[in-house]
Amino acid sequence: MTEPTHDPAEELQAPDEPSEPRWRETLSALLKNRLAAAGMIVLALLILSAVFADLVAPYAYTDGDIVRRLEPPGRDHWFGTDELGRDVLSRVIFGARVSLQVGAVAVGISLMVGTLIGLISGYRGGWIDAVLMRTMDVLFSFPVVLLAIAIVAVLTPSLRNTMIAIGVVFTPIFARGVRGSVLSVREEVYVRASRSLGASDWRIISRHVLPNVAAPVIVQTSLSLAFAILTEAALSYLGIGVQPPRPAWGLMLLDAQGFIPTGAWWMSLFPGLAIFLTVMALNLVGDGLRDALDPKQRSIIQSRGVT
Amino acid sequence: MGRYVLRRTAQAAVALLGVSIVVFALIHLVPGDPVRPALGTRFDQELYETLIARAGLDQPLLLQYWNWLTSALTGDLGVSFRTGQPVTGALLQRLPATMLLAFAALLVGLLIALPAGIVSAVRQGRPVDYAASSFSQIGVSVPDFWFGLLLILVFARSLGWLPPSGYVSPLEDPVEAIRRLILPATTAGVVTGAILTRFVRSSVLEAMGAEHVRLARAKGMPERYILRHHVLRNAWIPVVTITGLQLATLLGGIVVVEVVFAWPGIGRLALDAVVRRDYPVLQGAVLLIATGFLLINLLVDLLYARLDPRITTS
Repeated sequence: MTEPTHDPAEELQAPDEPSEPRWRETLSALLKNRLAAAGMIVLALLILSAVFADLVAPYAYTDGDIVRRLEPPGRDHWFGTDELGRDVLSRVIFGARVSLQVGAVAVGISLMVGTLIGLISGYRGGWIDAVLMRTMDVLFSFPVVLLAIAIVAVLTPSLRNTMIAIGVVFTPIFARGVRGSVLSVREEVYVRASRSLGASDWRIISRHVLPNVAAPVIVQTSLSLAFAILTEAALSYLGIGVQPPRPAWGLMLLDAQGFIPTGAWWMSLFPGLAIFLTVMALNLVGDGLRDALDPKQRSIIQSRGVT
Repeated sequence: MGRYVLRRTAQAAVALLGVSIVVFALIHLVPGDPVRPALGTRFDQELYETLIARAGLDQPLLLQYWNWLTSALTGDLGVSFRTGQPVTGALLQRLPATMLLAFAALLVGLLIALPAGIVSAVRQGRPVDYAASSFSQIGVSVPDFWFGLLLILVFARSLGWLPPSGYVSPLEDPVEAIRRLILPATTAGVVTGAILTRFVRSSVLEAMGAEHVRLARAKGMPERYILRHHVLRNAWIPVVTITGLQLATLLGGIVVVEVVFAWPGIGRLALDAVVRRDYPVLQGAVLLIATGFLLINLLVDLLYARLDPRITTS
């Protein structure tokens, strides 16, 4: 007997399984949503300037002209200069690289680990589920910034450890979300049908479970990116995230605070504005994605404020 | 109801046990010797050995955990590697400042969110609704420490109206205490207010859509009466819940605001402990905040179940 290439259960397809046209639909819904479209444009610009920072930035981020230190915004330095005479605009541009990198890697870690844990937990059930979920509960019992601080305290502060800490902190959000989706899909008629026809676990997970958890995971990824970038900025501001001389926005604000008495407002204003715009853009795209993909999903506020 | 209370409490107890394991593990996950770096140049063999013995670091791991846990339960969190002083004393000394800031911030948040949320629900789709939702969108995207820096720039440095930082106990000088509290409480409160505004708006909207509200309106009752007696009475339950959860979140996130304003609270203490590698203090601070966080969440859940009995059956 040959392996059946066609799974009859697929005819009982879940109505919301994503397929090509659905993606196009999502994208056009996203573009029609003006706020989300604006968010995507800002994000695209940010990514471009991060990637081509060497070309876009007028100066190198380490280039200091000590004679022209603490200069307010002017023709040569649009965002002014810092206490070492470095160009704030160039440092903000190079800072985008750090922020986006930390955000992407950290959320990448929580996305992969969290999805895996959620899949195993939801699909296997039993004691594995109990152990994994209680572990996630414990991680969830710590306030986010505090847990990140504790992890960094153990690992010593650095760019890499910031990513690891934020990655660990956000893992339970993904694990719980995916587990919930898996539990609801697992008992669907078409999945039970597929199982009774002898489909392997792998086949059921890849054909039926994963496509159904994709939408909420995508939304969560975008919203988590926003929050991860905020957390990185906070850790760097506290001096336990990204370390100098690397230009991170939070670190620039830490520097800037020391020069508030001198009235160097530009050192505080621009790096913070960059964080704010990036986070806002990601939130708008995330909200737009949620409306387009998964209207039932919890709002961004719920996914962050109420842990 | 009783079963729910029992189950939810047991769940919190298990989580708390897990938290204690993680906090205990902190000091053991540090690569190398945890005591030596804290002493730095003041290194002294006798002091070093005393600290090791006092922290029980010379005993088997399981016994260490047991001793640490039972002492923690009686309020003994060990001594600081830096000062040799009891950790519990240091925490208690810092606690009032943190509580004051957290409650003040919550008050600011509610003062913003209640009017903004109710008005924007009542005037749904009107300009005031857009203004409120823009505010909350901006509020959740603003890094709180940056907002704090801007407030210092404007109100302390440029206008000179308020002191830029520091803490004065309200028992010593109430007026000065409030002047010092305004900027940090606004910083943490605006972000909280932004989050709460959305919840207030959506729970008022939900209550407004209820059958009995439509009936009241059909009977021709005045809108103001309907709002007060039918809508807000139902809307306040979720709002109370969210407010409680926000308090927990505030407590956890307040470390950053404490640093901006040189506010001598628990968060600041925890951060200093990280920098100084003073692990017992870090453990104590983390344990205290995480326990508070868990307890508030538990209380809010139980309160919610009490206010809305449908929760326990689902």
